[in-house]
Amino acid sequence: MLVTDLLLHRLARGIETMAYPDGPAPALPDRHGGALRVDGAKCVDGCDECVAVCPTEAITRAESGPIALDLGRCIFCAECVKTCPAGAITQTGDHRMAARERGDLILGERGHEEVRLAAALDEKLRRLFGRSLRLRQVSAGGCNACEADVNVLGTIGWDLGRFGIQFVASPRHADGLLITGPVTNNMKLALQKTWDAVPDPKIVIAVGACAIAGGPFVGHPEVNDGAASTVPVDLFIPGCPPHPLTILDGLLRLLDRLGDRRIAGAASENAGGTTRDTIER
Amino acid sequence: MSTATPFALLANATAIPWADVPEWPAPDFVRATSAELDRGARLCAWFGVPEDATRTRLVAVLAYDADNTLAAGRSLPFTDSYPALTTMQAQAHLFEREVWEQHGVVPEGHPWLKPVRRSAQDAPANAPFFRVEGGEVHEVAVGPVHAGIIEPGHFRFQCAGEEVLHLEIALGYQHRGAERALQRGPHRATMFQMETVAGDATIAHATAYASVLEALGGREAPLRAQWLRAIALELERLANHTGDLGALANDVAFLPTAAACGKLRGDFLNLTAMIGGNRFGRGIVRPGGSGHDLEHERAARLGELLMISLDDTEQAVSWLWDAPSVRARFESVGRVSPSQAAALGLVGPSARGCGLVRDVRYDHPAGWHRFAQAPVVVWPGGDVFARARVRSLEIQRSGEFLRDQLIAPPDDDDGEALPEPEPHTLAVALVESWRGEVCHTAITDGEGRFRRYKIVDPSFHNWSGLAMAMRGGAISDFPLCNKSFNLSYCGFDL
Repeated sequence: MLVTDLLLHRLARGIETMAYPDGPAPALPDRHGGALRVDGAKCVDGCDECVAVCPTEAITRAESGPIALDLGRCIFCAECVKTCPAGAITQTGDHRMAARERGDLILGERGHEEVRLAAALDEKLRRLFGRSLRLRQVSAGGCNACEADVNVLGTIGWDLGRFGIQFVASPRHADGLLITGPVTNNMKLALQKTWDAVPDPKIVIAVGACAIAGGPFVGHPEVNDGAASTVPVDLFIPGCPPHPLTILDGLLRLLDRLGDRRIAGAASENAGGTTRDTIER
Repeated sequence: MSTATPFALLANATAIPWADVPEWPAPDFVRATSAELDRGARLCAWFGVPEDATRTRLVAVLAYDADNTLAAGRSLPFTDSYPALTTMQAQAHLFEREVWEQHGVVPEGHPWLKPVRRSAQDAPANAPFFRVEGGEVHEVAVGPVHAGIIEPGHFRFQCAGEEVLHLEIALGYQHRGAERALQRGPHRATMFQMETVAGDATIAHATAYASVLEALGGREAPLRAQWLRAIALELERLANHTGDLGALANDVAFLPTAAACGKLRGDFLNLTAMIGGNRFGRGIVRPGGSGHDLEHERAARLGELLMISLDDTEQAVSWLWDAPSVRARFESVGRVSPSQAAALGLVGPSARGCGLVRDVRYDHPAGWHRFAQAPVVVWPGGDVFARARVRSLEIQRSGEFLRDQLIAPPDDDDGEALPEPEPHTLAVALVESWRGEVCHTAITDGEGRFRRYKIVDPSFHNWSGLAMAMRGGAISDFPLCNKSFNLSYCGFDL
């Protein structure tokens, strides 16, 4: 009997939604590598081997000084990590890399070796959106990978709905846009019109290397090298595509929904790894 | 028999000298191509190659599926116009619009000559649309921005009440210049652009590109890399087919399968990520080899997890076939007849769901598929139900293929460096992606750089199938029909 089968199946499976963010974050694939860290101080004089291998020209080196790696433009191929003779570019394994300002993704200088992670929205917007955020998704040249990994947040494993975040079918119903793709010339007008149709106040989230800086297609005359070419962007989430965990971290960070966990994390360092929440779990 | 064809024969993932491709004056070339298509060949690609500042050649890549061979032919250089192939062969209609758009040569007699993806400043130049006139007729415009997390495209329906009289699909919104950028390539970014031509078919396009470079260089990738590509290709198929079945269930409000398959799709993506860290397989396929290896223990672990996910998928999908409410919505909706499918040149599950036996892995085996194949899945009917059944059976076949292959890897042999591409050479590579046939064709110049590189995503063939499936159906069935094809916008728009 179909109905009995279904009900028994669901009972047997129980809750399939992950515990994160109350519990630990799911592990990234072991070969994922996570965010990058750039110790510009380790750069050898005159070396620009990483600059030459980067397919999106995300790494630059001024006449004097360390390299600058733009994590927004990076597609995480890790060619530079393999190439660097000084070990200046390393993978941190950290899924967190969302930033509020474009400049916060430029790595290399002393004190700026890693991403300056996004701060939450100001209090007024947090009060408006903190427990209910409706987003309109616009793919403007996205290859369907960023789209797929945004989509996956709606599945039972991630269940974005439990945070009050939902993707809606009309810009009129939305509090903001989530944009993927480099913004092709042929989507520029549609993106502009969609943004115009979202009532104020509104936010914009750029997901993936294309939406931040053009990704693998940066510099093509057919594209506009990212969402900021057309609309003001409030949150940049790097990746090609970003892991769903990276996207979720960015959204929750913006809404200040990770606060409790940050405190728990700090407590764990003080208590030598035995934290209150692991005991309770 | 194809052995008697005047076209130059070549096998999948091989190359021949450009000078050995036979040439005809353009009108004769069109007639010769049409004659081959009448004899059962398929049009894999039809494109222009600039000869000099003013003249263009046409090139045809054909597939004789029953004879397991491909063939190529070309026209002599010409200017201005030629008699359209479309008037005799419907499957050429988009190719000829594209040739006109890219090279300015007019296919005389083409019934619907308008741009494919050309930009008109800030939107594609894809109007005006075909219109049906009449008192009861109304027009519905949908897109480019759709009501979900999905790529953009425009659909223009001519309706009488609920009934769709005609659907015109106007794309081009995703045009990123992917093919144009290949001129004088390969460039540093080329491999990474190939992986994002259609980001959900990364392995298929990357494998086609790598195979073209290997054919041009005259050296195959090591067997171990070929094995790994075949495994990654089936994982890609599993993820997408499972996701599609979940999405189809969702569109008929059958939530148990929708919920389960949504999660299972992610599980299959995670299996792909076990190989190289990326859920879409970026970095696995590289010209001349692979970017990662699947070592014994990793393969064993992948195999164990795969079996669990396959069992769960089998169960979740079985509910679809057991629920009368689902069958009532899937059956007889969005029907394409076998003759329509053949005339339009449909490929992949969209063709196999019409009973057409065409699968590159079987018809034109290259790489690892010369040694191991999954049986071709065919289901008659041409409706949403048939396309869903094909996917469900392909999930089983892919699972069996992976179970057999994961435990039988070839030895890890260090490949030698891939030689530079031969000059003045034509190479063709077909790969059966989860959507159907991906076709990459390269022609090199005197320095071995790309003089012309043509990408044909299966969606280029299949969008016309969706338009045909809607004809005479209810407009409210469009989301369901669209999902049953699930075509790529960026793969089409390039």
